[in-house]
Amino acid sequence: MTWSWNYVWDSFPLIFEGMWITLGLTIGCFAFAMAFGFVWTFLRRIPWKPVQKVVGFVLEFIRSTPPLVQLFFLFYAWPMVPYVGVTLDPITCAVLGLGGHFSTYISEIYRSGIESVDKGQWEASTALNLSTRKKWTKIILPQAIPPTIPMLGNYLIIMFKEVPLTATIGVTGMLHAAETFGSQTFAYVEPLTLVAVFFLAMSYPSAVLIRKLEAKYNRRFDKKNPTGTNKMDKGVALNG
Amino acid sequence: MAEPIVRYKDVHKSFGDVQVLKGIDLDIAPAEKIALIGPSGSGKTTIIRMLMTLEEPTSGVIEVDGRPLWHMEKEGELVPANEKHLREVRGDIGMVFQHFNLFPHMTILDNCMVAPVHVKGESKEEAKQRSIEMLEKVGLGDKLDNYPSQLSGGQKQRVAMARALVMRPKVMLFDEVTSALDPELVGEVLEVIRDIAQEGEMAMILVTHEMEFARDIADRVLFLDEGTIAEQGSPEEVLENSKSERLQSFLSRFRSSSPS
Ligand SMILES: Nc1ncnc2c1ncn2[C@@H]1O[C@H](COP(=O)(O)OP(=O)(O)OP(=O)(O)O)[C@@H](O)[C@H]1O
Ligand SMILES: [Mg+2]
Repeated sequence: MTWSWNYVWDSFPLIFEGMWITLGLTIGCFAFAMAFGFVWTFLRRIPWKPVQKVVGFVLEFIRSTPPLVQLFFLFYAWPMVPYVGVTLDPITCAVLGLGGHFSTYISEIYRSGIESVDKGQWEASTALNLSTRKKWTKIILPQAIPPTIPMLGNYLIIMFKEVPLTATIGVTGMLHAAETFGSQTFAYVEPLTLVAVFFLAMSYPSAVLIRKLEAKYNRRFDKKNPTGTNKMDKGVALNG
Repeated sequence: MAEPIVRYKDVHKSFGDVQVLKGIDLDIAPAEKIALIGPSGSGKTTIIRMLMTLEEPTSGVIEVDGRPLWHMEKEGELVPANEKHLREVRGDIGMVFQHFNLFPHMTILDNCMVAPVHVKGESKEEAKQRSIEMLEKVGLGDKLDNYPSQLSGGQKQRVAMARALVMRPKVMLFDEVTSALDPELVGEVLEVIRDIAQEGEMAMILVTHEMEFARDIADRVLFLDEGTIAEQGSPEEVLENSKSERLQSFLSRFRSSSPS
């Protein structure tokens, strides 16, 4: 075969439209995963062994099953489950399936963020008699959240690349658009290349941005340095 | 003796099977300065952590200003305290830690202001003014906008003291506050503690290995050994005329290693 720019131009509008669905779905799934990840983290902190055991098992189960199987289950099998089964549209399935799958990893990120805060910070907050709420909002979370941001960003990119899985249950994202175009014209190379280029064009800058964020948060507490050496140097330069 | 500000009544503490404190009875008078000495693992830290509510006693009662700390009265009976009760009583206690535990994401000034504003409900202006005064008192009036990472260990520890002091506790606890410092920075921190002690109104419990310093500022020295208060008395009694052989051998370790 030969490369045809015509196919590229022809498929572009379709794929561009699909891109918005892919992007929107990524954001939807991720928002769901972040919210549900919080629920898991909260449940796991309940100091009661049976709850921790059950939650731990559920998380392990979700994590060790492929997301594709979970999507198929939700889409094809769930409606047939007696009493509780309902038919779900592809988008809802995608959000529940992918979002649910990723919520388990995101819960792990939250946990690592919280655990990264030194035990002494809790003790000092107690010694100052801060309420439980103030401990979290003033002391713990401001230290726990920044290091999680690059990790969350990484998962956002990973999720973005997993969203095409939802083409299998009929979500009309970029991949689905390319496939539709191909089945009509028998040209697959151009539209699929285009899809790959789109993914690259979005993933790569995001990855660079995240690396920047990572570096920034690593030196965060030294950076806001209003009376440190930098300013003094400047003062000297201005005087001299 | 006046009504004690702190009273331990037959307090025991075990970690799992390990019995760390085996019946502590101790009355501390308001404004009394106590030095707590003893070998490593004898339970010094545990005693003051229970008073700071960081560790719950296995049995016994601790009272602060006449109120039980870990218990509250409910229908005439003592039941385990809830968080609300703990917060009420804990307000009288302050603590300085071996490793400072400053809040790294806040400036020095904010470190001092956070509790007056969010615990006592003071206005920002009032809290700020009092915090600045306190930071000036510990010699850090020029570091208000610095972050903890920009300070030396001795400076950090002085901030930690200012942060505890702005809460105006009735009892201050010091857990080996100089042992994580470079030797040349120990002096500046001890100097601040000495100043606080001379002002007088606060009771203080110092866990320390600085025997000279303990002799200088303590009204009473307690020697803790194997989970009990083995000896106590004035600094002269305990540090110079100790009765037990264990205390003598404990003290001799400091004499031989002490350069002065
Ligand atoms: N959270 C804990 N869990 C289990 N054991 C503990 C815990 N905290 C303290 N211990 C044990 O209790 C004993 C007393 O500890 P503590 O820290 O009170 O001693 P200390 O007199 O302060 O010693 P040091 O001079 O080394 O600081 C030690 O044997 C220690 O291992
Ligand atoms: Mg100790």
